[in-house]
Amino acid sequence: MKYSSQAVAKPYFIFALVLLAGEILFGLLMSIQYVYGDFLFPLIPFNVLRMVHTNLLIVLILFGFMGATYYLIPEEAERELWSPKLAIITFWVFVVAGVATILGYLFVPYATLTEITFNELLPTMGREFLEQPLPTKVGIVLVVVSYIVNVSMTVLKGRRTVITTVLITGLLGLAVFFLFAFYVPDNLIMDKFFWWFTVHLWVEATWELIMGAILAFVLIKVTGVDREHIDKWLYLIIAMTMVSGILGTGHHFFYMGAPEYWLWIGSISSAVEPLPFFLMILFAFTMSRDRKIKHDNEIALTWAKGTAVMAFIGAGVWGFFHTLAPVNMYTHGTQLTAAHGHLSFYGAYIMIIFTVISYAMPILRGRPHGNSKKAQNVELTSFWMMNIGMMGLTLALSAAGLVQIFDSRVGTELIGFMESAESISSIFMIRAGFGLLVFIGLLTYFYSFFVKEEA
Amino acid sequence: MSKSIALKEPHPPGDFAIWVIIYVEFITFALLFLGYAFSRRLDVELFNASQLAVNQTSGFINTFILITSSYFVVKAVQSIRNMTQESQKESNIQASKWLLLAILCGIAFLGIKITEFSHIFGMGIHLSTNKYFMFYIMLTVFHFLHVLLGSGILFIIYKKTKIYGYLPNDSKGIETGASYWHMVDLLWIVLFPLVYIIR
Repeated sequence: MKYSSQAVAKPYFIFALVLLAGEILFGLLMSIQYVYGDFLFPLIPFNVLRMVHTNLLIVLILFGFMGATYYLIPEEAERELWSPKLAIITFWVFVVAGVATILGYLFVPYATLTEITFNELLPTMGREFLEQPLPTKVGIVLVVVSYIVNVSMTVLKGRRTVITTVLITGLLGLAVFFLFAFYVPDNLIMDKFFWWFTVHLWVEATWELIMGAILAFVLIKVTGVDREHIDKWLYLIIAMTMVSGILGTGHHFFYMGAPEYWLWIGSISSAVEPLPFFLMILFAFTMSRDRKIKHDNEIALTWAKGTAVMAFIGAGVWGFFHTLAPVNMYTHGTQLTAAHGHLSFYGAYIMIIFTVISYAMPILRGRPHGNSKKAQNVELTSFWMMNIGMMGLTLALSAAGLVQIFDSRVGTELIGFMESAESISSIFMIRAGFGLLVFIGLLTYFYSFFVKEEA
Repeated sequence: MSKSIALKEPHPPGDFAIWVIIYVEFITFALLFLGYAFSRRLDVELFNASQLAVNQTSGFINTFILITSSYFVVKAVQSIRNMTQESQKESNIQASKWLLLAILCGIAFLGIKITEFSHIFGMGIHLSTNKYFMFYIMLTVFHFLHVLLGSGILFIIYKKTKIYGYLPNDSKGIETGASYWHMVDLLWIVLFPLVYIIR
């Protein structure tokens, strides 16, 4: 570790991983509810589990991004973090707010939660992914603002690189687009527009900048390739991401009451969206091929390459399957959407967090050359378990989606939702199995931290 | 022998990255062109009737302007490519003059386009008026933004020539910008007959 303030990243990484375990656990519980509808009834209903599952995902990614940023910014800016103390304070504020919110979801009925958290002052609750009570939303803003100030001050006083510029642009976008979460128009169609301005412009525009910056940083470190070379790739990828991603918001406006031209704008621009992800694969593998050093932490490079591949498959390929308006007319809101959602979040955002943790955590723990060979082998096993698990889960969900489409949407002899759900229950069993594999993979990953160092 | 080496040009000219962008642009516009063509076939009469509202003359003038600007850009690239150790200053000055002409063409294109848009939008036409105008607006506005960006790129190169920033055997930067400009030009050459002329 070159700068002592990089150490603030450690609690962020650890907590992100803890939240990930929680997220997968709640996902598993839901996958059981899909098969046995009355599982956990009336203790935790499906909608609450789902809310906890998705909110944990968002919060864990934010923790991961923050940890990654606090780790890489001092090295990029070539100076200590502006205020390590502030980073630690915001960590605890965010932990307390996050835990309190999740406990609120689990133990307080949502309607009561809206009442006791002043939702009537400024109604913002009840929207998918943005269910957080008002105080939590305000808390998120405060934490994110202090985080951006901390990072920006560090960069302004230190060296500016392409990576820091891209990263800060992404962070500013993250903060700005979250503000739409505070605006809930009465008109349902307008409401959907503004909701997507947060959700889509996070995951398919600004977060991709953050992901690209983190990936570039790790690749520079583990391959030793010239910065200029990496910068050019990064520029190319983010330029394409931004153009296709911003216009690609249009693919959410299909058939929701928005004008017809969105069918064209959405379809065409999002047909291009997989290309920057494909470039990311070329980027990671070219850098790996042209590497100048052989870093002892081989597993970090494996994660980096894995991120590029899985992000392309999950976001690019699975997104493309149902992004064209004529196809989306049949696939909208089926399990195919869930398949895409799972693999893209995992491939792009969870894996980039694994990548940076696998690179940075050994250094933070006083092992500049990475973990021991044995620990890396354990980690590699977990890499394959989680990837195979996620891929299997995605294929199962896709199969379920296809059955749903042909059961209730294509042709004339259609069957109802419940009947269709019955016909896919065996597929959901398989999905739960692969979900379990992912969870065991994560536990194996955790175990790799505790493998004894070889003498 | 040495002559054949000297004649061998690196392909493609400019930075490889610009070619990735150019191909992605081509794919995007190709999808829009195909969308236009298929939609037109479903309702030829509507497309023919709506087409009467757009000004072919200003479209033609703009085509002429863009092709001319591409010629100027070619001359600018040639000036930089033919540069010798002795002629560094003169070559940069020469290139800057050609580039200035090309940028002026770009600005003229944008100006004419703005007049055309204000006429069309003044008639109360918008994206939802009908399929023809949806494509007309999407294609021409999207292309307009490319001309704007292209002019900006040419301007950055122009500024570099003003400080004699290009050295002998260093034409990659200007070739990169020129490749983008030619793409903008080429897209218009397809767009103009497709949307303005073909009936």
